[in-house]
Order: sequence, then C-alpha cells, then structure tokens
Amino acid sequence: MSLPRRGLLRGAGASLAALWLAGCDKIAENPDVVKALSGAEVLNRRVQRLLGRGALAREYTRADITPAFKANGTINPPDADYQAHVLENFANWKLVVDGLVERPLALSLDQIKALPARTQITRHDCVEGWSCIGEWTGAKFGALMDLAGLKPQAKHIVLHCADTLGGAKYYETLDVVDVHHPQTILAYAMNGAPLTIAHGAPIRLRAERYLGYKQAKYVMRLEAVDRYDHIAGGQGGYWEDQGYDRYGGI
Amino acid sequence: MTTQPKPTTVLVRRHSLLVRVTHWTNAVSLCLLLLSGLQIFNAHPDLYFGQQSTFGHPWLGMGAYEHNGALRGVTILGPYVFDTTGFLGASRDHGVLVSRGFPAWLTIPSVRFLALGRRWHFFFAWVFAINLTLYLASAVIGGHLRRDLVPTLDQVKPRHVLHEIWDHMRLRFPKGEEARRYNVLQKGAYLGVVALLLPVMILSGMTMSPSLDANFPFLLDLFGGRQSARSIHFITASLIVLFFVVHMVMVVLSGTWNNVRSMLTGRYAIKLAPPPLPAPLGDAP
Repeated sequence: MSLPRRGLLRGAGASLAALWLAGCDKIAENPDVVKALSGAEVLNRRVQRLLGRGALAREYTRADITPAFKANGTINPPDADYQAHVLENFANWKLVVDGLVERPLALSLDQIKALPARTQITRHDCVEGWSCIGEWTGAKFGALMDLAGLKPQAKHIVLHCADTLGGAKYYETLDVVDVHHPQTILAYAMNGAPLTIAHGAPIRLRAERYLGYKQAKYVMRLEAVDRYDHIAGGQGGYWEDQGYDRYGGI
Repeated sequence: MTTQPKPTTVLVRRHSLLVRVTHWTNAVSLCLLLLSGLQIFNAHPDLYFGQQSTFGHPWLGMGAYEHNGALRGVTILGPYVFDTTGFLGASRDHGVLVSRGFPAWLTIPSVRFLALGRRWHFFFAWVFAINLTLYLASAVIGGHLRRDLVPTLDQVKPRHVLHEIWDHMRLRFPKGEEARRYNVLQKGAYLGVVALLLPVMILSGMTMSPSLDANFPFLLDLFGGRQSARSIHFITASLIVLFFVVHMVMVVLSGTWNNVRSMLTGRYAIKLAPPPLPAPLGDAP
C-alpha cells in the first residue's frame, strides 16, 4: 500500500476512534443516564444498612500498622485561621457543636479528650483503591452528641472543616444512624501520638466502614441538620459535590 | 456408480430462552464493568497483596516518567520493568501523551473521572450479580448445570480429554451425534467461568467495600485482605478477558452463524451422518 493512502487510512481510523469515544462519553456523562445509574447507590446504602447497621469494621493488631500511612487530600491547610491555631498549638481552638441540638457547645481539645474515648486499629480504604492500617484514639462521637442533645428532627451531622481544597471548604455529612456506632470517633491521636497536621490535627472523624473521603480532617464545627442541600454544592460533602457518592461504603 | 446418501442437517434446540437472555445481559454488563473497572483501576494503577498497600512495591504497577523531555510509560510486573509508552502508564489523550494506567479508549468515561466510573461500575455490578444469580439458580434447579455443563464420566477420562485437545489443536470439532452436547473442553471452560470466575468477581468486588467487610468479615479471610481482593479482582477480570478472546475465536472457527443463531434463536444446526439404510418411504423426518 502506498504511503499516502496508508496515512489516509490511519487518519480515518483515528477520526473514527475519536468519534466513537466522543459518542461513548456523550452517553457516559449524560445527566439523565448518570441519575439513573445513581439509583444503584441508594440500593447499596439500603442493602448494606439492612445487613446490619451495628456491624463492626475489622480491627487489627499493632503489628499490622502501616509504617508510612499515606496522607491524602489536604496535608497542610492554607487557611489563615487554621495556621493561627497551629502557631498557638490549638490552645484557643474550640470545636463548635450547633444546629438541631438542645445545648450548643464549644469544646476545647482538653474537654474533648475528657469524653469517653475509644482506641481502634482499623484499615483506611481510599476511594482510589489503596489501604493503610492505623491506630486511632478519640472521643466517642455518640457521647459528644449526647452532651449536646440531638433534637429528634436531626438527620445528619455536617462536619465543617478548616481546610480549603481546590477553592472550596472541605465538609462532610454523617447520618445520625452512624452517630452512636461504637467505631465512630473524633480522633485526636494516631498510632499513640497526637494527630499530625497531615492527618487532620487537632481532630478528625473516624467512621470506619466508610471510604477515606468520609473521614473529614481538621474538623471545626459539627452542625446537626435535617437536610444538607443548601450547603455548598448541596450533595453532602466536598467530594460528593464533585460526583462521588455520599454513602461511601463501597 | 452408487450415490452416497447426503448427510442431513437438523436444527436442535440448544439454548433455552433464559440462557440466551442471561448470556447477552452478562455480555453487555461484563463489557461495561470491564471498561468502568479500568477507570477505577487508573485512580491507583498499582496492585498489592495483603490487607494494605506497600507503596512503591506493587506486584503490578503502571506509571510514567520524563526522559529527555518526553514522557515514557512503564509497567512493572514483579521484578520486570517494561516500556509500554502509548498503551500502559502513558498514552495519548487528544494527541498529547499523558500519564495514565490504561488508555482513554479502554475506560468509561474516556477522561479521568473516577466518580463517574464508579457510578457505571456499581450500577452494572447489580445488573451482573442479579443476572448471574438468576442463571445459576435456574441452572441448578432446572438441571442445565448437570445436563449440559458437568462433564460425563466418559468425557473426563484422560484419554478422551487428550484426544479432544488434539482435535481442537487441529481445529477439528465434534460432528454429528457428538455435536449434540458440549465437548469436555467447552464444558470445562463454561463451568470454570460461570461457577468460578464470575462468582469470584462478585466476592472479591464485595471485599473491597469497607461496609460489606464489616457485614461479612469472612470475605477478608477468604481473599487474604482487601488489597489481595483488589489484585484477585483484576486477575480474574483478566482471565475473563482471556476467556472472551478464546470464546470469540472458537465461535468463528466452529461456525460463526450457527453459533450466533443458537444464542439468538436457540436453534443449532448439526449434520447427522446418513442412515445406513434408506429410510422407509412415508416416514417423515
């Protein structure tokens, strides 16, 4: 075959391939298609909660702890107010608990450390696919919310975070069914040492059984709400606003 | 000159409606699962064994590095490193070499978009799992498994198996009465896929879910950890792709249209040797 003709065929092949890809993407990204596909997410949440909302994530031994636990997402918040707390070693830092609660609170780190605590060695599963094992010590989330007194109409807890990532403040939402799960804690220590900045100092959420993006770091405020569609992108979390599923259990 | 009686062609009912419907549902969902799965793989194109990731030491990994101002794609397999520029590790996106595990034409969507890949994957995972359950339940209850897929005693004799392999290598496929049933290699391949590879796909996929691990802790022990499950999910998917390739080749070599028709209409043509004596007149076939 002559060279120009071969080039022509190759060009035609490449254009056809590009057309095919564009066509596939048109379907793959069509909002109605994506909406229909997202039905599976509701099914995942319902089925997995039906299978046992109290089930515990596996706990490991100290020997299993990952030597270099990967820190992902924000590893040092650029926000000025956060950096001011770092300079003061979080001495004036307070966790605000408000929204649909009987007694709004503002707790210091010492007050949080005085709450009933739990230590757990668990596996952190990133949505990207990797896993690391770490030991977390923190205040029981349920005990903290009992202190504030959740109002009956509260359905979710919004975790407002200190860090700005990609131009937006990080936040997450936790359903009230998970508030009293034994492994839901606000961790202030990791592998026996105070939480480092890379891993979310001074406190981060550990809700085992969920993917890494649900484990909000640099938590500043817990807001009990009955809906979250008015917050940021309205999908219930920083990554959720970018298309990730809010359930995050798979 | 004596005239040889011609072989007669008969259409036998090969595939039930349920087998045909579940076959095509399976084919479509597996295809979409593969392509969206490669999108998910690309979010962290490294595989490990065990509970956790040993970063920097995957048994299989893809990546890219700059060399003399040009991007090179590499694939690491155990101790071996391969230059796979253009396909794995680094491939062209709108004409520009970019770092990515599998190339754009093998992922749903073509751009790097993990969240959307997950939506496609988890939707068709349900389609696939429900379809497989339906098929396996009917295969066990209805007898399809025992009648058509489990090799008979005469088929598993080493002599017969070796003979069958030899015939396959010469592209000679069973004819006549023998073509009424699957040969032993077919049975082995189909049984291996529906009873082993496909269920392993579902179970290893479930093991990657932290919530399902809490509900079914034995999954972690079955596969030896979440990262092992991710590796086994990938290896099993690769074996299914290998099966698919062989399946396509065999479909074409052993009579494309006859095979395709049998999976569409259920009817499969077999050539029967002529009867030794002419059939009595008036006896309708």
